[in-house]
Amino acid sequence: MNAPHLETPPIPLSSLRWERGTSRIPFAAYNDPELHKRELQRFFYDKHWCYVGLEAEIPKPGDFKRTNVGERSVLLVRAMDSAIHVVENACAHRGVAFCRERHGNRDAFVCPYHQWNYALDGRLRGVPMRHGVKRDGVVQGGMPADFKLADHGLTKLKVAVRGGVVFASFDHQVESFEDFLGPDILRYFDRLFDGRKLHVLGYNRQRIPGNWKLMQENIKDPYHPGLLHTWFVVFGLWRADNQSQMVMDAKGRHAAMISTRGNAGTVSEVSRVSSFKQTMNLHDPRFLDIVPEPWWNGPTAVMTTLFPSVILQQQVNSVSTRQIIPDGHGHFDFVWTHFGFEDDTPEMTQRRLRQANLFGPAGFVSADDGEVIEFSQETFEAKPGHRTLVELGGDEVANTDHMVTETLIRGMYRYWREVMES
Amino acid sequence: MSFEDWMALNQLYSDYAIAVDSGRWDSWPEFFIEDCSYRLQPRENYDRGFPLATLSFESKGMLKDRVYGIQETLFHDPYYQRHVVGTPVIRKLEAGRIHAEANYAVFRTKLSGLSTVYNVGRTIDEVVRTEAGFKFASRLVIYDSEMIPNSIIYPI
Repeated sequence: MNAPHLETPPIPLSSLRWERGTSRIPFAAYNDPELHKRELQRFFYDKHWCYVGLEAEIPKPGDFKRTNVGERSVLLVRAMDSAIHVVENACAHRGVAFCRERHGNRDAFVCPYHQWNYALDGRLRGVPMRHGVKRDGVVQGGMPADFKLADHGLTKLKVAVRGGVVFASFDHQVESFEDFLGPDILRYFDRLFDGRKLHVLGYNRQRIPGNWKLMQENIKDPYHPGLLHTWFVVFGLWRADNQSQMVMDAKGRHAAMISTRGNAGTVSEVSRVSSFKQTMNLHDPRFLDIVPEPWWNGPTAVMTTLFPSVILQQQVNSVSTRQIIPDGHGHFDFVWTHFGFEDDTPEMTQRRLRQANLFGPAGFVSADDGEVIEFSQETFEAKPGHRTLVELGGDEVANTDHMVTETLIRGMYRYWREVMES
Repeated sequence: MSFEDWMALNQLYSDYAIAVDSGRWDSWPEFFIEDCSYRLQPRENYDRGFPLATLSFESKGMLKDRVYGIQETLFHDPYYQRHVVGTPVIRKLEAGRIHAEANYAVFRTKLSGLSTVYNVGRTIDEVVRTEAGFKFASRLVIYDSEMIPNSIIYPI
């Protein structure tokens, strides 16, 4: 059932007015349902790898997890031979999204509507009444003589597994996952997922009323953390005078923001902001019981955006994946999977869980990211002819060795224009 | 359990709900003993044995740090919240310690907005007798709500 995708009809992008490269982003890029369909097709369903989960979520044969690629429901499955498959959760017969559990263990998938039966790799194994039903010696009905089970499996996605992380693509001609990331971003991916077995600590799920791209932009924006997030600036976790690098792949679609903690508590240019609290002391300092780990190789924070579907978080000892699942142009679901490593001591696990208080939908430094995204979207909807301004550091797109720049957002939109306008 | 204790326990649950709906955030940590636990956890994690919580505080000091966060560091859309809490059910009685559970629903009302169902679930609690009356030693707040509507700022 891997039919060629039907391309959405080209719609005029000429209504979007760009100025100074991609440093002024039209509000219309965030609030048009037709553009959104085109984004789904071109970024989520074609030529891109999307995050679907961790191998550790499906450790045993028969384990499955239901998730999404773009707005489509898919199943991440470990078959009886331990091979990992990703299939679309849509019966080949009537399109029923048959799997309703979010996780479980099965030896087959059966659609409840007419009991079409699929192997875990998506092959169609059987169809009730395929050869008709005999009554009074006469066979009635049945599928046509040329009906072949092999033609009607579940849609299979191409799968890439690296370092315990699983990506999938509806596009079987997609480049390799390694080429997709490019060498510079792959290096930071491999730093976090270095082959150690992962273990899942749990999930947080939030629905954010804003365009999905705004979350990619939030983690391509090193300008805001030391301003919006008081904890980051007061405790030196992220501030503009930290040693840092902004790195993109050659296309500008993926990025890593790399920073090393310093200057906690000291007063300087960056602390003369209203969010800086010179006298702020924690009643319980265990929130920030930070212990450096050998695999960091220096940086205390590396935030990696893999376009379009996921953010990889290392903020000191807290590590997570953050999956972006769009739902129309104006909403997305944001799914956090916190994890640890097989060689973590119980103390390190406790530390990761404690530092998780900083992140997620209620986190000391993450709750307000969703809030500001919501308030940006409010204005985008009300004023579609206007545009944002991302000119910190000029209007060019280039890696930097500081964080006083919005170059990563400009890079993403340079790529967005290339793909959307072609 | 004596009638007086039953009354005091119900009063504790009602007072807690009123406090976290009042906007007087400083009063929230005072419902707990010093060496306490407050965890706000998705039902999914609780049922599957995953330790991650949306908020996980291990001392009254951490609760005070959260109050400071609400008041000073967390930028957010202001909102009212309103708890409706069911009658607690007693699971176990020990010397000086009550194990109890209660269902709850929280409605959120943003300024100029409609009131919506915000977060629903149950609390699994351990309440201890102190000189200042009953206090929570542990509050495990397990929410059914599959999706947090953007963010949670105030205590549930």
